[in-house]
Amino acid sequence: MSGAPMTKDMRLTVGPVLFNWPVETWMDFYARVADEAPVDKVVVGEVVCSKRTPFYEDRILEVVERLQRGGKKVVLASLGLLTTVRERRAAAELFAGEAAVEVNDLTALAWARPGFEVGPLVNVYSEGTLGFLARKGARSICLPPELPFAAVSALAAAAAAVGVDAEVWAYGRIPLAMSARCYHARAHNLTKDSCQFVCGVDPDGLGVDTLDDEAFLTINGVQTMSNSYCSVIGDLEALAGAGVGALRLSPHSGDFVEVARAFRAALDGDLAPEEAQRRLAENAPGAQFSHGFLMGAAGAELLGV
Amino acid sequence: MTMTKRLELVCPAGTPAALRTAVDAGADTIYCGFADETNARNFPGLNFSRDEMAAGIDYAHKRGAKVLVAINTFPRAGAGDFWRKAVADAEARAADAVILADIGLLAHVADQHPKLRLHLSVQAAAANADAINFYAREFGVKRVVLPRVLTVQEIAAINREIDVETEVFIFGGLCVMAEGRCSLSSYATGKSPNMNGVCSPASHVEYREEGGDLASRLGGFAIHRSPQGAPAPYPTLCKGCFRAGDHIGHVFEEPVSLDAAALIPQLADAGVVALKIEGRQRSRAYTEAVVSSFRRAVDAHLAGRPIPASDLRRLTEGQQTTAGAYRKTWR
Amino acid sequence: MSMLAGIPRFPVFGARLMDALPLAPLALASERMVASVVRRHPALLARLGAQTDKTFLLDAVDLPILFVLRPRVSEPRLDVYRRGAEPAWDARIAGPLAALLGMVHGALDGDALFFSRDIVIEGDTEAVLALRNAVDDAELDLPAEALALLGPLERFAEPPLRRALRIAERLTSVALSRAPGHAS
Repeated sequence: MSGAPMTKDMRLTVGPVLFNWPVETWMDFYARVADEAPVDKVVVGEVVCSKRTPFYEDRILEVVERLQRGGKKVVLASLGLLTTVRERRAAAELFAGEAAVEVNDLTALAWARPGFEVGPLVNVYSEGTLGFLARKGARSICLPPELPFAAVSALAAAAAAVGVDAEVWAYGRIPLAMSARCYHARAHNLTKDSCQFVCGVDPDGLGVDTLDDEAFLTINGVQTMSNSYCSVIGDLEALAGAGVGALRLSPHSGDFVEVARAFRAALDGDLAPEEAQRRLAENAPGAQFSHGFLMGAAGAELLGV
Repeated sequence: MTMTKRLELVCPAGTPAALRTAVDAGADTIYCGFADETNARNFPGLNFSRDEMAAGIDYAHKRGAKVLVAINTFPRAGAGDFWRKAVADAEARAADAVILADIGLLAHVADQHPKLRLHLSVQAAAANADAINFYAREFGVKRVVLPRVLTVQEIAAINREIDVETEVFIFGGLCVMAEGRCSLSSYATGKSPNMNGVCSPASHVEYREEGGDLASRLGGFAIHRSPQGAPAPYPTLCKGCFRAGDHIGHVFEEPVSLDAAALIPQLADAGVVALKIEGRQRSRAYTEAVVSSFRRAVDAHLAGRPIPASDLRRLTEGQQTTAGAYRKTWR
Repeated sequence: MSMLAGIPRFPVFGARLMDALPLAPLALASERMVASVVRRHPALLARLGAQTDKTFLLDAVDLPILFVLRPRVSEPRLDVYRRGAEPAWDARIAGPLAALLGMVHGALDGDALFFSRDIVIEGDTEAVLALRNAVDDAELDLPAEALALLGPLERFAEPPLRRALRIAERLTSVALSRAPGHAS
């Protein structure tokens, strides 16, 4: 393929697991990513709900070491919506450590030291904001998933000019909103305080359908996501041409190593985009795929498969 | 018991007529925006030209009221000048403050317009003391509009940890998501509050009578079905009727509006300095009714009288009201 | 709960009478009135922006006739049609005459009338919203607009008309003139 040499230089990031998986599933996932996934960077930690953290926080070190042994760069994720004193203290401690940390709520800028990374939940829409974050020492920024291609191009250029790595949301259900209210609990007639961790029964979130039975959104605790899985595997040349340096793959159940392999093969020019997309679809039976935010008129626009 | 401080009543104006109505109905402060994508209520037929803004500010100032100009969307990459010009134009027309959300724009104003007073928009979703102190330290923000996700107790705790003023929503439409961090609308329609200043835009709304029901669709997605005689909601995504597992109904929030009039004393005790009424997209009939009602409520509180009962429900979506996240049970 | 109980209906005998009368005088009055309104309130069309190209069906459901508004910058028109004879439209706003007059005169809130389903909108929602907002900002007073058509005779006609309107408004609870608010 003609554009392959440019896409070859793009790197792959595994985003944090956004869902509430049993700790053993979570450990197995990272063991496979460490040993088998052709990715460069892995972001680990809780972004969605601080109530989930106690289930696996004492295993994070183990996972980090395993990933590092597998040759992956590891970045720790901070929470997406910081509210309580406990949450803020935990985030501040995270930034006080040695490891690179990803900011997912601008609050964390209060503690972030040069070398921090910026996750996709932070509102980086303008060159001004990107420049401010660069001056504060941001090293890498994953742009908001709702940005259209023209904005991604402009921001990737601005990022390159100040030595920041631009990353885009490339695979997986798209984070659309955060709330103080837990919708998983609400769907089970519970409240956030007495949630019984009902989000744990849905490894890829709970589907929200319209009254016309159309698949629409996904509930993941306090987070609302798209029902469709974003996939930009057909847009790699355009993204590379725009100066995007890395692609974020968001973990889902199923064979995630296969997802990473499909992207790597497509980037290396070893797999045609159509064939690569077919592999993604086979690996996520029943999933609908979209790239509407980046290339279409609305986020929900599905890929014609 | 400390002396009761006078709460500032901050009222919406989508048109020059609504601005004059709000001033005359007793607003201390009006907030409004230019007729373009720089403000988060970029609706058809709404908002102010540069000349109308100058005249509106003049009208308010002559009657002792202030005007805040909301420039609270996130500048489009490649078009930052458009937002920077809006700020400069607001300052040139003697706006008392601008309400901003984007960090880049805040940094620009702090640097280039050092005399212009900065308020942090609710769209910035600064939901804790660390975030607020960051905005105050970095950009000299003087007031923060708090997200509608906090309880009264949390607001009080925040005010103990910060030195800047806080403003909270007291009445009107209710966001259930963290504001400024929601892409539901652009997922369905391509237009978002952050980028375009619209949520669930009218251009993508479709109403249809279907078997006696009023069906509303947004971007082609069925959002609601109202049986004959039942109140009709505006098809805002987060107040739609959906199916999630076995649960059928308002998965995110009922079509209700915020009315926290009864909480005015608690909010004042929590250290809030200003109360904000939502509704720049509403008519001057709404402005007149709601501003007058809250003028009476705030005056009653100042005089140590109980908050008078009012019935503004007829003006609200769903015709029912809630105290929203101010009470913890909402979560 | 519906506000319907609170919105008065146009009397049936009046509607029958209107149905029996020729439309020509009403059509002429509408034509003059809309031209005058646009001349006296230039911001109205400016606010409508691109929506001036749209055709609005103003449907007072308790009347036997319909109004069709074409707010063109070059030649604004308000035409009257008998029910069933109306042309194609982009946007329809329907409700009791009292609700529509209440909105025009700033006495009633359009969103609230919509929430309570006292008014129904169909078709181009964006156009409806633009018209609603533009009219609300114009602070129209239809009696004043009618009087303006009288030219020099206005000052003689106004006092008796206002007196009659005040009585009629008390009797019918319909906003027949602009809601009392600030002086503009």
